[in-house]
Amino acid sequence: MPDLLIELFSEEIPARMQARAREDLKALVTNGLVEAGLTYASAGVFSTPRRLTLTLDGLSSESRPVKEERKGPRADAPAAALEGFLRSTGLTLDQLERREDKKGGVTLFAVLEKPGRQAAAIIAEVLETTIRTFPWPKSMRWGSGNLRWVRPLHSILCILVDEAGATTVPLTVDGIQAANTTAGHRFLSPARFAVTSFDDYVVKLKRAHVVLDSAEREAAIWQGASNLAFAAGLELVEDRALLTEVAGLVEWPVPLMGRIGADFLHLPPEVLQTSMKEHQKFFSVRNPKTGRIEGFVTVANTETADHGATILKGNQKVLSARLSDARFFWENDLRVAKAGMGEWLDGLKAVTFHNKLGSQADRIARIASLARHIAPLVGADADVAHQAATVAKADLRSAMVGEFPELQGLMGMYYAKAAGLPDAVAHAARDHYSPLGPTDTVPTDPVSIAVALADKIDTLAGFWAIDEKPTGSKDPFALRRAALGVIRLILSNTLRLDLRALRQIADSAFPAALKSGAGNDDSLLSFFHDRLKVFLKDQGIRHDLIDACLAMPGHDDLTLLVKRAEALAAFLKTEDGPNLLAGFKRANAILSQAEAKDGVEYSYGADIKFAESPAERDLFAKLDMAEATIAPAVSREDFNEAMWAMAALRAPIDAFLDATQINTDNAILRRNRLNLLHRIRAICSGVADLTKVEG
Amino acid sequence: MTVTAPTPPRSFQEIILRLQSYWAAQGCAVLQPYDMEVGAGTFHPATTLRSLGTKPWAAAYVQPSRRPTDGRYGENPNRLQHYYQYQVIIKPSPPNLQELYLGSLRAIGLDPALHDIRFVEDDWESPTLGAWGLGWEIWCDGMEVSQFTYFQQVGGHDCRPVSGELTYGLERLAMYVLGIDHVMTMPFNDPQSPIALTYGDIFRQTEEEYSRHNFDGADTAQLLRHFEDAEAECQRLLDFAPDDPKSGKRIIMAHPAYDQTIKASHLFNLLDARGVISVTERQAYIGRVRALAKKCADAFRLTEAGKDAEGVA
Repeated sequence: MPDLLIELFSEEIPARMQARAREDLKALVTNGLVEAGLTYASAGVFSTPRRLTLTLDGLSSESRPVKEERKGPRADAPAAALEGFLRSTGLTLDQLERREDKKGGVTLFAVLEKPGRQAAAIIAEVLETTIRTFPWPKSMRWGSGNLRWVRPLHSILCILVDEAGATTVPLTVDGIQAANTTAGHRFLSPARFAVTSFDDYVVKLKRAHVVLDSAEREAAIWQGASNLAFAAGLELVEDRALLTEVAGLVEWPVPLMGRIGADFLHLPPEVLQTSMKEHQKFFSVRNPKTGRIEGFVTVANTETADHGATILKGNQKVLSARLSDARFFWENDLRVAKAGMGEWLDGLKAVTFHNKLGSQADRIARIASLARHIAPLVGADADVAHQAATVAKADLRSAMVGEFPELQGLMGMYYAKAAGLPDAVAHAARDHYSPLGPTDTVPTDPVSIAVALADKIDTLAGFWAIDEKPTGSKDPFALRRAALGVIRLILSNTLRLDLRALRQIADSAFPAALKSGAGNDDSLLSFFHDRLKVFLKDQGIRHDLIDACLAMPGHDDLTLLVKRAEALAAFLKTEDGPNLLAGFKRANAILSQAEAKDGVEYSYGADIKFAESPAERDLFAKLDMAEATIAPAVSREDFNEAMWAMAALRAPIDAFLDATQINTDNAILRRNRLNLLHRIRAICSGVADLTKVEG
Repeated sequence: MTVTAPTPPRSFQEIILRLQSYWAAQGCAVLQPYDMEVGAGTFHPATTLRSLGTKPWAAAYVQPSRRPTDGRYGENPNRLQHYYQYQVIIKPSPPNLQELYLGSLRAIGLDPALHDIRFVEDDWESPTLGAWGLGWEIWCDGMEVSQFTYFQQVGGHDCRPVSGELTYGLERLAMYVLGIDHVMTMPFNDPQSPIALTYGDIFRQTEEEYSRHNFDGADTAQLLRHFEDAEAECQRLLDFAPDDPKSGKRIIMAHPAYDQTIKASHLFNLLDARGVISVTERQAYIGRVRALAKKCADAFRLTEAGKDAEGVA
């Protein structure tokens, strides 16, 4: 069982593409080998900026031979038929097998043996196909060749290793001949060297200043950087994405720590962090006592005689230039902010939000007016909410957000504070974009909630008005995310809002001439309901339970809707739940059939005087009791209590249905019993429409 | 192959001179700057047009470049509306182009044994030239010192073979090598010269004058007119029949037409600096320049210098 080692050595592969490339290499090669009849025990895949490496253990040395049998003509068939068969199989007449068939005749058979193929030949084919069809997000040609790779491909290492040693798999792709050699670090160990196995490869690479495994490089960077910070009494700020990226930029990571100049320490920590990360790929280093960002760690790809002193000095200098820019933006922005941000608000008039939906300034005016409507419903002061919405997006025109768009909102908070606005306004500027996803933090401050809701409802109402709804996988304006944001704001804060009414208010802000399609139809509400189903499904609440609750009144109040669904879901998890549901469905089926047949609704009320059996009388009594509990519970929105009261009906309903023939010949009794079933239906539908519940 | 610099360079011009002799030693034709206003070294026909077709090509040159919107009246430490790029273009891209490039860094005193040199993904695209390529920005100790691109398409034509292009931002690179914080204080010639000149001695005043010109002085109505003229002239030149009655030769005026494209591009940059082009109009203007660049590329492909060798598809 040989082992296989493949390395594709190229010029620098973009860091962001490496993880995906590892998976693709593994999948393409192993799938290809397995399809061609080889098996393997285990696979490992690695990447550095200059190489993609795959190792397979326990590969079969050849594919299994395949025996194929083909039925030919009868022995007495015309010569032409026989010749045709011989030609298609490549055999002669005496090589065919003669077999007697059931009718006593003789039929000719060709038995073809497809021999197994050597692993090397299969590998060569599979690897060439892999290289030629590799799904890089972007690929290129170079020189005079036609091959495409992410950057110029320089060498291919491909060896099969067994007890006898390593053999190079014969393969040439576009002039690149596979060999058993690779090269070390670009600067520290550029020489090429031969390898004899995966273990040998890893050891020699490390000697040649290359750490093959990105996980090992990540760990080394994290460890080294943390130690540097710790030694200075500081701590490293965690950033997984940056760690992965940096590990994809180096073969021989050497963390170096520097300090941020005193002139920059007053900048907001997020500004320091973002500037260092985006431009320089530096980790931030924090003072644990003050929380201030005071240093950075850069990760060099090399060791130098001066232990990185020159490198650090250079990086420090670049950082100073960058932070000088940031400080310039910050100070200019503060000036505008302290003057009331008027310059930015004016500027937003010139920024198009959407060609049909006007400028950012138009949009802000709509959001402010909607926030004023929402404020009293969420416990916020209407004037403060209006003010907050008016300035919340002013920072979009600030120099800092121009440079670092990801700081939008956050800079808004700093600038609102600088403008002397109340904290609630500043926090709304920071938080009104939230939540941005299913797990993101949801604002809880009433003013932030009002502005966040207004922002999202305006977006939805606007795009609905111009009929730009999401379709399939296309959602260019992130409307699904906006709707989920509204849902989470409402549910997390248990808000009681009439979404339909809010949408109408939002919609009325758009000129009638703009509107294409049905402006006020219910499709936006259904869109909310669909997003709610997706969201609740992730919380473990089934679709059909939501449907059962959607059939109830007040379903544009999502908090009420979810309260019902939660009570129903909890109830169905108990032993009584499914049993009551079964009893209810049984009763309802009989009733519905009769109603359909008779063309009436049996809602006249049943009279106990027609009750014949104890079970029937008992049901009357139990229904009275349940009703006395359920109606007030429902009006208190205590749906759990209501469901428990229904659970008590399970036994009497079963007993009644078992003991009683509903469709009896006695018309009076039949009508009374159907009216009794109708009462069951009415009582059991206090929380949700149980007919819609599956099971 | 390694050219080790015995001493660190002492001036801006020494860095340029070392790059010139380095790339000359690598076999590049050392050209002179193109005599028109361009936004970047790529606009030089030695790059744009010569990257098309199959004829091998190797050139290196300094190109003064103008970015009217970057004017800062000579006050910003590293932003200029007029600056220098060093451009190297080799077709087909040689397999050791990265090593050749690293050699050029050594030549100007950046020794990879002492510095951290990195190839960081940065794909290049010029919407006005209808051109794109893949490559990197090169970092030296965290600072971007060059752009390295394998051209894939220029003027809408696939590059076959592919050219390798290197662009050095000379002021920034030199400031780093010389340890200078403000471009205007950088020694232009040797600081020990009898008449030592700094970058500021030469360019501070022009930066002021052109900043005022670019932002306030230039006559926008006239610029707009000239833009239209250049556009029309480009088309007119390309409309000539290839056969020249006077010389009896087949002469396609690809280069003169391309000059008009360069002009249009610079006029657009000036209009942009004057703030008279709205966001939506911007795209339309860029599209008009690109259309010219494409037509010039089409025309160049029909000429001797730009056509494919026999037997090449």
